[in-house]
Amino acid sequence: MTHRYLPMTETDKKEMLETIGVNSIDELFSDIPEKVRFKGLLNIPKAKSESSLLKELKQLASKNNDTDSNVSFLGAGIYNHYKPVIVDHVISRSEFYTAYTPYQPEISQGELQAIFEFQTMIAELTGMDLANSSMYDGGTSLAEAGMLAAAHTKRKKLLVSESVHPEYREVVTTYAKGQSIEIVLVPAKNGVTDIEALKGLLDSDTAAVMVQYPNFFGQIEDIKTIGKLTHEAKSLYVVSSNPLALGVLTPPGKLGADITVGDAQPFGIPESFGGPYCGYFATTKQLMRKVPGRLVGETLDQNGLRGYVLTLQAREQHIRREKATSNICSNQALLALASSVAMTALGKQGIQEMAKQNIVKTRFAKNAFEAAGFEVPFQGAHFNEIVVKTNKPVQEINKILLQKGIIGGFDLGRLYPELENHVLIAVTELRTKEEIEALVAEMGAYNA
Amino acid sequence: MHNENQSLIFELTKEGRVGYSLPELDVQDFDLTELLPEGYIREEAAELPEVSELDIMRHYTALSRRNHGVDSGFYPLGSCTMKYNPKINENVARISGFANIHPLQDESTVQGAMELLYNLQTSLVEITGMDEVTLQPAAGAHGEWTALMMIRAFHEANGEGHRNKVIVPDSAHGTNPASATVAGFETITVKSNEDGLVDLDDLRRVVGEDTAALMLTNPNTLGLFEENIIEMADIIHSVGGKVYYDGANLNAVMSKARPGDMGFDCVHLNLHKTFTGPHGGGGPGSGPVGVKADLIPFLPKPVLVKQEDGTFHFDYDRPESIGRVKPFYGNFGINVRAYTYIRTMGPEGLKDVTEYAVLNANYMMRRLEPYFDLPYNRHCKHEFVLSGRRQKKLGVRTLDIAKRLLDFGYHPPTIYFPLNVEEGMMIEPTETESKETLDAFCDAMIQIAKETEENPTIVQEAPHTTVVSRLDETRAARTPVLRYQKA
Repeated sequence: MTHRYLPMTETDKKEMLETIGVNSIDELFSDIPEKVRFKGLLNIPKAKSESSLLKELKQLASKNNDTDSNVSFLGAGIYNHYKPVIVDHVISRSEFYTAYTPYQPEISQGELQAIFEFQTMIAELTGMDLANSSMYDGGTSLAEAGMLAAAHTKRKKLLVSESVHPEYREVVTTYAKGQSIEIVLVPAKNGVTDIEALKGLLDSDTAAVMVQYPNFFGQIEDIKTIGKLTHEAKSLYVVSSNPLALGVLTPPGKLGADITVGDAQPFGIPESFGGPYCGYFATTKQLMRKVPGRLVGETLDQNGLRGYVLTLQAREQHIRREKATSNICSNQALLALASSVAMTALGKQGIQEMAKQNIVKTRFAKNAFEAAGFEVPFQGAHFNEIVVKTNKPVQEINKILLQKGIIGGFDLGRLYPELENHVLIAVTELRTKEEIEALVAEMGAYNA
Repeated sequence: MHNENQSLIFELTKEGRVGYSLPELDVQDFDLTELLPEGYIREEAAELPEVSELDIMRHYTALSRRNHGVDSGFYPLGSCTMKYNPKINENVARISGFANIHPLQDESTVQGAMELLYNLQTSLVEITGMDEVTLQPAAGAHGEWTALMMIRAFHEANGEGHRNKVIVPDSAHGTNPASATVAGFETITVKSNEDGLVDLDDLRRVVGEDTAALMLTNPNTLGLFEENIIEMADIIHSVGGKVYYDGANLNAVMSKARPGDMGFDCVHLNLHKTFTGPHGGGGPGSGPVGVKADLIPFLPKPVLVKQEDGTFHFDYDRPESIGRVKPFYGNFGINVRAYTYIRTMGPEGLKDVTEYAVLNANYMMRRLEPYFDLPYNRHCKHEFVLSGRRQKKLGVRTLDIAKRLLDFGYHPPTIYFPLNVEEGMMIEPTETESKETLDAFCDAMIQIAKETEENPTIVQEAPHTTVVSRLDETRAARTPVLRYQKA
C-alpha cells in the first residue's frame, strides 16, 4: 500500500534491501523473539482519506459548545482573552513548530532568541531577576517551585493557601508525595489567606509558603505581609501569579517573592480543553543554579557576533541524571513563542490597558450583580473574577444559561463544600456591557 | 559570512508604537486607585516592546529563517523521531470546537472532545497491549514520573513500601534516573554487555527484595532490540518488581511487538515523537501512560470512562489514585493531533511506518559502515549509533562532524549519546524520508569522513555557512546573561 507520508517505492525498497544484504524487511525484525512477536494488524480504525477524516472530526468538534459561538464567563485559571491574530501566523511557521529543542545553536538561533525574549518579558512582568524557558503549565510549575524550596532550605513542609487554585494544590500534593514532603493547608477567610492562621503554622520546618496573586477567587491578597512573615521564618516565598494582572499590579518580585510561577495562557493561548498551556518559572539570582528546565543565555560566536545557547545545563537531567534538580525535558516552547508574540503585540501600553479593562469590567459586573440583589460575599479588591452567591444550584443555572448561548461561571461547590451555591464569574476584556447585563438578567430571572 | 547582530525585539522599540487592538471599553471607567489597595498598583511599567504589527511579523519571520525544522530539511536526531508533521493535524487542532473549549465546562457540553480522548485511549491500549491508558502526562519525562508514582503506590498498597530501588541500564535516557529521583527512588545502574544489550548476569546481581522497578527502552538507545526481554521481565517479576517501558523508541516496533506482550507492566509514550505531535521547538509534548490491570487503581485523577448510556465522564472517585499530576486533562491539543495521525494511518499505515523506519535506519547504517566505526554490528531497529573514534584519532571529534553537517543543510544526529559509546552519533532517519534524502545525507557523511583524512581543518572549523559560528558556551555559563537589559 502507498501513503502520502511514506515515500518509499517498490524499487527503492528492493535496492535498499540489497544494500543491507537481506531478502525482506521481515528479516530485520528477526531479533524479536517469536513468542512476543505481534502478528497481523492492530485492531484500530481503518485509515481515512484527508477529506473524509476532516469531515468526521469537524462533526465530532461540533458536539462541543465552544467559547467562540457562546459567551463565556468561565475562568478559574483559564481565560477567554483577546488573542492577536498574528500569534497563530507566527507559530504556524514550520521552522519553529517542526524543530525540537535547540541542541545545535548555529541552526537554532531563531528559537533560542525567541526564548531569550520570552525569559526577558516574564522577568519584566514578574519583577524577578530571571525566568526559565517554560514549564508544562502553572500547576506543575508551582509544584516544581515547592520541590526546589524543599531542596534549597532542606526543610520538609510546604504551607499552601486554600486560596490557591485547587487543581494546582492537588498537583503540588502529588509531587510532594514523591519527595516525602508534607503539605499543610493554610485556610482562607473571606476569600483570602487567613494571615493569623498562617502565623500559627509557620515554623522552622517550613520550606515555603505558597500563595496565589490574584487568588483563585479573583481577590488581591495582602501578599506583602505574607512575604514578610514567610521570610521571618527563613522560608522561601512562592507566589503563583496571573501574568496579565501584573500589567497593573505591583509585581511579586517587589513584594518579596523568591519564586514566581504561573501560566502564560492569558497571552495568546486558546483554552484548548486544558492544554497545552505555558507554565512559567521566575526567580532570583540566588536560586538561578537550581531552576528546573531549560535556560537560554546570551554569548558571542567566534567572530564576536551575539548569539544564544542553552546554558547552565549542569542542572539538567541529561547531564546530571539522578542528581538533576528536576526531570523536565520537553517543555512548552511553542506556547512560550505564542505568548511572546501576544506580549509583544500588547506591548508596554496594551498590557496595562488590557489588565485594567479586566478589573474595570469585573467591577461593572460586580455592581450589576449587587444591584440585581445578588450577594457578592468577598468584597476585597479583585482582578477579573468575583464570587456570586446564588439561591439555586449553580449547575442548574448554567444549564439555563447555556440555552441562551452563555457559558456560566465555575461552580465553587464542586471543590469547596462551604461554598455550595456560589459561582466564580470571570469577566475579561472580551465581555461587552450587553453580555454582562444579559448574564445578570438571566441569572436574576432564574434566581428569584 | 554574516556580520550583523540580529536585533532583539526590545531593540526595535519606539515609544508610542502599538501592535494591539483591544475592544473598546464600554463600561464606566475607574481610576485604578479606586479599585486597588495602596501599594499594589504597579509603579514602573513592565518594559515590553513597543512595535507595530509589521515590525512583529518581520521580526519573527527573521527569527524563523534562523531556525531549522523538519520542513526545512533532514533532521536525523536520534531518539527524537523527527518525522514529518502532517498539516491536517494542525487544521484539526484549530477547529473551534476543539481549540475553544474550556476544561471546566459541564461534561455535557464537551462530549465530542471526551469522545476523541476516549477513542485515542482505546487506540493506544491496542497499540501498546496494555489494559488502560491515561492521557494526562504533559511529556515523556512527566509520564515516566507518573508511572513510577503509580508503581510506588502499588508497592505501598501491598505493604511493600520498602521497595526503593529503580534499575536503569547505563544506556538509558537521562530522564529515567531523574524521574526515579523525583518519584523518591534510588537509582541502580545495570551494565550493558558486549552486544550492547542489558547484561543479564549483572541484572540478576542488582535485583533484590528492594527492587521497585526496571526502566527499559526497547529497542534501547543503541537502536538494538533487547532480545532477552522475556528473561529480563521474568527476573524482575520473580523478585516482585515492575517492568517499565520507556516509549521513546516505539516507532521501531509498532505492529511488530507490543510492550504489553513483552512483559512490561507500564509504558509511557511520546505522542510528539511517534504520533507526530510536532516538537514545537522543544515542546509541547504529550506523554500518556499505559498500565496493566493491577496498576489501574493507581491511575492519576480523573480517569476518563465511557458510561453505560454511551456518554463520557471524568471519574474522580478513585480512592487509590496517586492524585492529580497536572491541572485539567493533559495536553489536549497534542492529543487531538496524535488521534488525527492514527486515523490517517490506520493499522496498515502504522505497520508500514515501523517497517520503513527500520528499513531506512538499516540502509543508512550499511552505507556508512565502511567509513565510521559501528560498535554494535547487527540489524538495528529505527536508529543506530556510530562511533567517531576513527576520526578522533585524526584530530576530528564527533562535535566537529556534527558542525560540518550544518554546512550541508542537515540537522546533525544526537551526539555523545548513549554514554556507553565513545564519540557517539545516534542517527534516526524516520520513515517519512525518501531514499534520495537518505543517500544525500550519507554522501555528506562520507565526504566529511574523507575531509577528515585529507583536510581536517575544514571539519574542525565548521560550520562555515550558518548565521553564527560556534558559540562560546563557557562564557554563557560563567557570566550568565539570561535576559535583555536596557543599556
